[in-house]
Amino acid sequence: MSLDQPMGTVNDVPRTAPVLEVQDLRTYLYTRWGTTKAVDGVSFSLGSGETLGIVGESGSGKSMLALSLVRLTPEPAGKIVGGRVMLNGRNVLDLTDRQMREVRGKEISMILQDPQQSLNPVFSVGDQLAEAIRVHDRDLDDKLIHERSVDALKSVHVPAPERRLKNFPHQMSGGMKQRIVGAMAMAYQPQVLVADEPTTALDVTIQAQYLRLLKDLQERTGVAIIVITHDFGVIAETCDRVAVMYAGRFVEEGPVEQIFDHPRHPYTRALLESRPKVDLKSTRLQSIDGQPPSLIDLPIGCRFAARCAYAIERCLAEYPPWFEITEAHAAACWRSEEVPWPSP
Amino acid sequence: MINAVRGLLTLFAVSILVFSLARLTGDPIDVLAPVDISREDEAALRERWGLNGSIWEQYVSFVGNASQGDFGPSFKYPTETAASVIAERLPASISLGIVATVLTLVIGVPLGILSAVKRGSWLDRIAKGLALFGQSVPEFWLAIMLIWFVAVRWNVVPTSGISGWQSYILPSIVISVFGIAALLRLFRSAMLETLGSEYVKLARLKGLSEFKVVWKHALKPASIAPLTFFGGIAVRMLTGATVVEIVFAWPGVGYLAYEAANARDFPVVQALALFTAAVIIIMNLLIDITYAYVDPRVRLGQKAIA
Ligand SMILES: Nc1ncnc2c1ncn2[C@@H]1O[C@H](COP(=O)(O)OP(=O)(O)OP(=O)(O)O)[C@@H](O)[C@H]1O
Ligand SMILES: [Mg+2]
Repeated sequence: MSLDQPMGTVNDVPRTAPVLEVQDLRTYLYTRWGTTKAVDGVSFSLGSGETLGIVGESGSGKSMLALSLVRLTPEPAGKIVGGRVMLNGRNVLDLTDRQMREVRGKEISMILQDPQQSLNPVFSVGDQLAEAIRVHDRDLDDKLIHERSVDALKSVHVPAPERRLKNFPHQMSGGMKQRIVGAMAMAYQPQVLVADEPTTALDVTIQAQYLRLLKDLQERTGVAIIVITHDFGVIAETCDRVAVMYAGRFVEEGPVEQIFDHPRHPYTRALLESRPKVDLKSTRLQSIDGQPPSLIDLPIGCRFAARCAYAIERCLAEYPPWFEITEAHAAACWRSEEVPWPSP
Repeated sequence: MINAVRGLLTLFAVSILVFSLARLTGDPIDVLAPVDISREDEAALRERWGLNGSIWEQYVSFVGNASQGDFGPSFKYPTETAASVIAERLPASISLGIVATVLTLVIGVPLGILSAVKRGSWLDRIAKGLALFGQSVPEFWLAIMLIWFVAVRWNVVPTSGISGWQSYILPSIVISVFGIAALLRLFRSAMLETLGSEYVKLARLKGLSEFKVVWKHALKPASIAPLTFFGGIAVRMLTGATVVEIVFAWPGVGYLAYEAANARDFPVVQALALFTAAVIIIMNLLIDITYAYVDPRVRLGQKAIA
């Protein structure tokens, strides 16, 4: 994919009421060394059938954001200290633990970052899948559960599902485990699916297959998907909109092709430029000079300013507000309206 | 299968060791017979205890007899065989061993699990203190302290020997303290690891109850590592805890080992050593079988259908 070609297929997503609306979410980790502001005021909304990509360097808080949505931040360090997560019209942060368990898997599911480690090594795949199917539907008898398990595996194109159910995780390839985890996540046809780095552990062809599978599931069920990744290639293939995350905050958000063609935040541009020219394999985005700030000791101004080639005094002194570029595209940069920035 | 063969080889090595150790301290006949024994009497004694012939002949007949449970008559109690001396003492050790094992499991395992689940709580702190105490306190000291306070001063339980179920209380506590501490620590650290794993996160993501998450998804994989250690505990308990049996004058095989060694009662010592080795080997086999049950990676081994 080149930056010049418009990409992304769906632009006109029907604007119904969002299934997920996150407002000013803050998740802090209280550690021995201080308070890590892993998620520090993130807002976005997601409509049914829509796919939002979240990109950012390692440690920018993407996984913490995802885990916050299902209230599974690491214990006891992680605390959601502010904001709202409106799912189907109610704030999941206000739910009791029991109500929250009802929501997990049924209204919102998540595929974890590491599929190799996501299945329990000592239980069969069938056992673990049956659990996911039984959990919100206790009256199902064993025969029905078996049928549904087979169907679930078929829906993610697992060959010989009957036999696979008896297998243990160590008998399966990474791609197969990834599918199984996907089948579990989709067992109840949730309205929201969060896929944390769905492809990093897989090789390129399997990656492509898996992404197609996710899109497939989306077309069939209308699930809204959040894809977390380092890889702009994945974003281009799967997402309608993309949010760029830096040091616990979103710094730019908009439709995929607008962001790709006209990035308005220097960080987004740097990320795009750091992509390998030949899109063969996903890369970790490490080629930007300098380090992100410590999430424990954040600057008062723009968090990217120290690494930014275009930073002015104001950037260091004041955190930039959102600047709306088009109706759907906004960037948190004092100079977002001065594009093109002077080349250094 | 391989383990069974290895077990037999180990047993063979132990038999050589046991046989030669008994002879290292000199000709056993010197201990058995009075200094002024007549030649005929000595010959009769040698015949009776299998001490004639070359060292090889002695070994062969020792192994031959031992494999049928015959270790010859006891030196100390010449009217009984070594095997019957041990058999008499075994029930006392085994019953104490079972009580102590149950105590160890019932206290050590749940405490380890709960202290991991409630990490940092007061329960966790108490458990950690207990683990430190249990692994550092010398057995004989603990035994003597307990006898002094509980048995002598407060007169709650008998001081020694077996006289009713109360007699089991103190010795089983002393025996199990180390095992409780060890299992507690092993389960705590194994549970901390599995509780932080991705598959436990996924179990929660599915909407499973905390009960299932902890007692199914975290516990089963966490119990793999402590299994090995549990084999050691069980062996020690079944073959008699010598120190504890001595302090409590407990008429078990641990105490017998001490008596027999003191009396240079070689047939009994040899029989005990081989018995202990056999228990260890059988225990290891049982542990292997349990492993295969708990851990499917062991069960199916190479037969993975990738
Ligand atoms: N269990 C934890 N305890 C304390 N701090 C943590 C924990 N997990 C993550 N963090 C910190 O939280 C911050 C955000 O981490 P997060 O895992 O969300 O990053 P990420 O964007 O998902 O990175 P990656 O792309 O590498 O997955 C990091 O600074 C990290 O060091
Ligand atoms: Mg992550």
